[in-house]
Amino acid sequence: MIRIDNLVKTFGAKRAVDGVSFSVERGEVLGFLGPNGAGKSTTMRMITGFYPPSSGKVTVGGHDVAESPLQAKRLIGYLPENAASYPEMTVRGFLEFCAQMRGLDAAARGKALARVVERCFLESVLEQSIDTLSKGYKHRTCLAQALIHDPEVLVLDEPTDGLDPNQKHEVRNLIRELGKTKAVVFSTHILEEVDAACSRAIIIDRGRIVANGTPGELRAMSDVAGAVTLHAQGASEAKLAALGRVEKLNGSFRVYPADKSASAELTRAIVALADREGWKLDALRTEEGHLDEVFRRITLPDTALPDSVKRSG
Amino acid sequence: MNLVWTIAKRELGGYFTSPVAYVFLVIFLLLAGFFTFTAGAFFERGEAGLTAFFAWHPWLYLVLVPAVGMRLWSEERRSGTIELLLTMPVTTAQAIAGKYLASWLFLALALALTFPVVITVNVLGNPDNGTLLAGYLGSLMLAGAYLAVSCMTSAMTRNQVVAFILSVVLCLFLILAGFNPVTDLLVRWASPAFVDTVAAFSVITHFDGFQKGVIDSRDLLFFLSVIGFALFATGAIIRGHRAG
Repeated sequence: MIRIDNLVKTFGAKRAVDGVSFSVERGEVLGFLGPNGAGKSTTMRMITGFYPPSSGKVTVGGHDVAESPLQAKRLIGYLPENAASYPEMTVRGFLEFCAQMRGLDAAARGKALARVVERCFLESVLEQSIDTLSKGYKHRTCLAQALIHDPEVLVLDEPTDGLDPNQKHEVRNLIRELGKTKAVVFSTHILEEVDAACSRAIIIDRGRIVANGTPGELRAMSDVAGAVTLHAQGASEAKLAALGRVEKLNGSFRVYPADKSASAELTRAIVALADREGWKLDALRTEEGHLDEVFRRITLPDTALPDSVKRSG
Repeated sequence: MNLVWTIAKRELGGYFTSPVAYVFLVIFLLLAGFFTFTAGAFFERGEAGLTAFFAWHPWLYLVLVPAVGMRLWSEERRSGTIELLLTMPVTTAQAIAGKYLASWLFLALALALTFPVVITVNVLGNPDNGTLLAGYLGSLMLAGAYLAVSCMTSAMTRNQVVAFILSVVLCLFLILAGFNPVTDLLVRWASPAFVDTVAAFSVITHFDGFQKGVIDSRDLLFFLSVIGFALFATGAIIRGHRAG
C-alpha cells in the first residue's frame, strides 16, 4: 500500500531524511523508531503529502503522492505529531467537519461518528469543546479524526505520546486490531510498543534507516541474544568457562555461546554440566536480547559502529 | 466547491464560538458611528448621502481588517492544524479560498450591520439609494483587498502580532499611494506620469468612484486583482514553507 523509494528531504543544508526506502503492505504494522530529530515526523509528513520530497518518490495505494495528491490523501488517515485540532470546536463538531472534508454524506457521517466515538472512547466528552479536554482525550479526538473515513492506510505520528499507561495499552491494542486489515505506520520512541503492536520495525537515525526487521530479528542483534543465564547453587565460573565466555551477574552467571544460534546446544550442555557436578539449578533462561540495547548501540554510531559507517559532523 | 464551503463554515463557526466576532462587531460599529456622526460631521453637512460614512472606511479598515485576517494562517501554523487541514483531500487553493471566503463573509456581515445609517439618511432626506449601494459594494471590495493582504502576511509567520503589523504597513501603503498629501509631495520632484502610476496603486483612487455611485469596471478589476494577487502569493508562501 505504501511504497517509499529513496526519499530525501533537505531543509537548507540539513538533510532531515536521507535516502529512506521501505514499503508497507495491508495487514502490516510498521513501527518507526528513532531518537528525537531522526527524521521520523519528516518522513511521515512526506507520506501524507504535507511536505513535498526534495527527491525520491512516495506512492500510496498506487498513487504517486506528488502527482496525484488528492487520490493518495483520500486513502490515508493521519494523526499528526502533538495531535493538533481546532480548540474552539466541540468534539462532535470537529469530527463532523473532518467527515465532511472526507466527503462522507449525512447518513455515512452519522455511522462513522458512532464508530470512531466508540473505538476511541469519546462518548462522555462528545459535546465538550476541545480546549477543555485533558491531553489524553485531545489525543484520542485526533486519532478518531484519522479513523473517520475508515482509511486503508494509517499514518500515526507518536499515537501514544502523552497518554497514561491504560490509554497506551488501549491505543496499542487498537493499532494491532487495525493492522489486521490496513497498512499502518506509526512512530514512537517507546520500545515496548514495538513488541506490543508491530509486525515489523524500522530504526531510523539522522535521516537514514539503520535497522529493518521483525521485533524478534531486531532483538537478535543484541549482544546478549542467545546467551544463557543460570542461577544454581554450587555453580563455578571456571567450569562454565569451558562452554563459552562467562559473565558474572549478581549471584548468577551468563554464558555466551560462540555462535548465537547455538543457544539450544548450550542450554543442554549447561544442564548436563550441572547434573555431572551436582549443582542445584534454580533458574535457567535463554536471553532473547533487549531492544533498548540494540537501539542505543545503533543510534549512537560514534561509540559503537566501525569508522567506515560513521558520518562526519 | 463543497470543500471550500465546508472549510468556510468551520472558519466562520470559529469566529462565533470565541469572543472575537462579538468584540470585533461591537468595536467596528462603534467606531463607524463615531467617525460618521462626530468626526465626519454627518448632520452638519446637510447632505442626503453617506460620504461622511464611507470616506472613513479606508482608515477604519486599516486597523480592523488585519485584526480579522491576522489569525487566518498564523494560527493554523502555530497550533499545527495546518498539517491536519492540508493532508485532507483538498488543494491548497481550496483551503485558502475557504478560509478567505469565511473572513470576507464575516466582514460583509459587519458592514451589513451598519444598515441603521442607511435608514437614517432615508428618514432625513431623499438620498440616491443606488449611490449608497455602490458605496457599500466599494467598501466590501476595499475590505476584501485588505483582507487578502492580511491573509498573505498571516501565511508568512506563526506570530499573529507580526502578521498584524506587516499587514497594516502594506495596507497603509495602499492608502498613502493615492493620499493627497503624499501625491502633492511626489509631484514636486517626480514626473506626473510616475505620480499617476503610484497613485494607480492606491485604494483611495479606486474607492472614490464607488462613493460617488460610479461602478467602474477598472476599479472593480483593481480590487479583484489585488485580492487575486495576494491570495496567489499566500499559496506560494504556504507551499514554500512546506518545500523547505
